[in-house]
Amino acid sequence: MDGAAYVTPDGRSIGDVVMEMRNITLRFGGVTAIRDISFDIREGEIRAIIGPNGAGKSSMLNVINGFYHPQEGEVWFRGAKRGPMKPHAIARQGIARTFQNIALFSGMSTLDNIMTGRFTKMKSGLLAQAIWKGRAEREEVENREIVEKVIDFLEIQAIRKTPVGRLPYGLQKRVELGRALAAEPKLLLLDEPMAGMNVEEKEDMSRFILDVNDEFGTTIALIEHDMGVVMDISDRVVVMDYGAKIGDGTPDEVRNSQAVIDAYLGVAHD
Amino acid sequence: MGPQFFYTIEVILNGLMAGVMYALVALGFVLIFKSSGIFNYAQGVMALFAAQTLVGIQTGLVPFSHLINAVFGTDLHHFGWEIPSVLAILATTLVMIGFAWLVVRLVLKPLAGQEPIILFMATIGLAYFMEGFGDLMWGSDIKKLDVGLPQGGNIGIEESTSFLGGEEFYGFYIDNLDIWAAVIATLLVVALVVFSQYTKVGRALRAVADDHQAALSVGINLETIWVIIWSVAGFVALVAGIMWGAKLGVQFSLSLIALKALPVLMLGGFTSIPGAIVGGLIIGVGEKLFEFSIGPLIGGATENWFAYVLALVFLVFRPQGLFGEKIIERV
Ligand SMILES: Nc1ncnc2c1ncn2[C@@H]1O[C@H](COP(=O)(O)OP(=O)(O)OP(=O)(O)O)[C@@H](O)[C@H]1O
Ligand SMILES: [Mg+2]
Repeated sequence: MDGAAYVTPDGRSIGDVVMEMRNITLRFGGVTAIRDISFDIREGEIRAIIGPNGAGKSSMLNVINGFYHPQEGEVWFRGAKRGPMKPHAIARQGIARTFQNIALFSGMSTLDNIMTGRFTKMKSGLLAQAIWKGRAEREEVENREIVEKVIDFLEIQAIRKTPVGRLPYGLQKRVELGRALAAEPKLLLLDEPMAGMNVEEKEDMSRFILDVNDEFGTTIALIEHDMGVVMDISDRVVVMDYGAKIGDGTPDEVRNSQAVIDAYLGVAHD
Repeated sequence: MGPQFFYTIEVILNGLMAGVMYALVALGFVLIFKSSGIFNYAQGVMALFAAQTLVGIQTGLVPFSHLINAVFGTDLHHFGWEIPSVLAILATTLVMIGFAWLVVRLVLKPLAGQEPIILFMATIGLAYFMEGFGDLMWGSDIKKLDVGLPQGGNIGIEESTSFLGGEEFYGFYIDNLDIWAAVIATLLVVALVVFSQYTKVGRALRAVADDHQAALSVGINLETIWVIIWSVAGFVALVAGIMWGAKLGVQFSLSLIALKALPVLMLGGFTSIPGAIVGGLIIGVGEKLFEFSIGPLIGGATENWFAYVLALVFLVFRPQGLFGEKIIERV
């Protein structure tokens, strides 16, 4: 599936390769979390990563956003090979993410949390903030407007000022998505955005993810356990098991693959 | 109302002034602890070092003169100039920023991700290194620090309140230096709060204090934040060093003011800025009142231990401090 843009079964056109993982291997001491995996993510698509617990899915996201550095393999982003980079520098390149275990700034309000998402877009440094107070204030206001748009989009106006530590789990997940969206990322990484949610919350979250992808054309890579959701919203799926890639393709292709069925039915490994 | 009542008020006022100073030192600890989880044992020595540097720059001392003279057989001591206080304070601030940068580069960065106890040990090492380094650089003699803050009792307050308690009451005695210290410390705290609430960098500081990984994921560079935090803590140490140095002279015992911050932290919690302030005030007032009322009965000098006893009693009932977050071990 290489080459130029192509059209998905539901008629949306998917662009060029944005991110490419080439033969990634990641080890923690004796544990091999990722074993020689290659796949790509294309402009404008929703790319799911699925697999049983401990398959290495989160590790893969952590490699993409720079928390983990693979021992082998190459990461290509927007046509250039990426050297070893710190996560904050990768965020500057336009990669935003959410976490499997919510990682919000629990002492801050919803508004401030989402405002931190604008960090890479705000230019005034420490000195400038002190000297050109006017400019820093203007910048603050401009960014605040974008944050308000994100808040409207996610329908969380009611909790703007609430410290996020007090919010129920489902809303915290939504605020975390908001913080990532505020960065206007080129690539959005979501680690189990619907874990622990009830059916209604899952539907809301699916809708937001689809809307982000539709309205802003944001490229999304997401990890999800709920197969129904994955099949519904993703364009292409990578399947991992015990650190290895055992499937890659459209939801239908993956669903009918014997290796994937075996992994999910728990067929013994040899 | 009798004079006794007004003397008690005077004690409370003086306690509040002292409390602001304690709060200031405690604040230095809280800033660093919140942002990097490090209990910075060197905070007191930083105050000493800052005060030494300030006096050295202000009075035109030649740094490392002992060393230079020993090696080259020269007899240098002074450059022979005096620098205005404001410029000297600015220069010292720059030195403290440079120091912060070095600490992050040489200590924090290589040790990032280590156990808190290891980082704590590193700051102990840092404290003793700085102590020796400060002496080597500026000499270990007691120095007089004078940046032009007025000292002695405030006549205005004393005279205008002398009518209050009748014949035996001569008005409130409050030291000018204490008043200045309280005002400056208050301004500093307000500035810090405003900065951390309403600016991009302030938000980043709070973000780093809350969650390192999440902070990285939105593009915040931890090292930059650490340099800022240590610089601010260095500036706070400088202010504390100026106040205490003006009182006691710049000498080794200055570094022990850090010990005064410990009970404040136990009371206020290690992670709370309001806690440091309220804790400082409670300890300041509590220890002065106790000395005033109970001290004479048990032979005085209660100020040496009262704060610790108060903090210990408190610790038993509320280990996380007044405003501290509940301590929950993550598993
Ligand atoms: N920081 C780490 N140190 C050591 N081992 C790790 C680390 N992170 C992940 N691992 C190991 O790598 C393997 C893959 O973990 P990972 O979290 O990537 O799985 P996952 O597919 O996200 O699982 P889940 O569905 O449970 O979230 C596991 O064996 C895990 O123990
Ligand atoms: Mg995971």
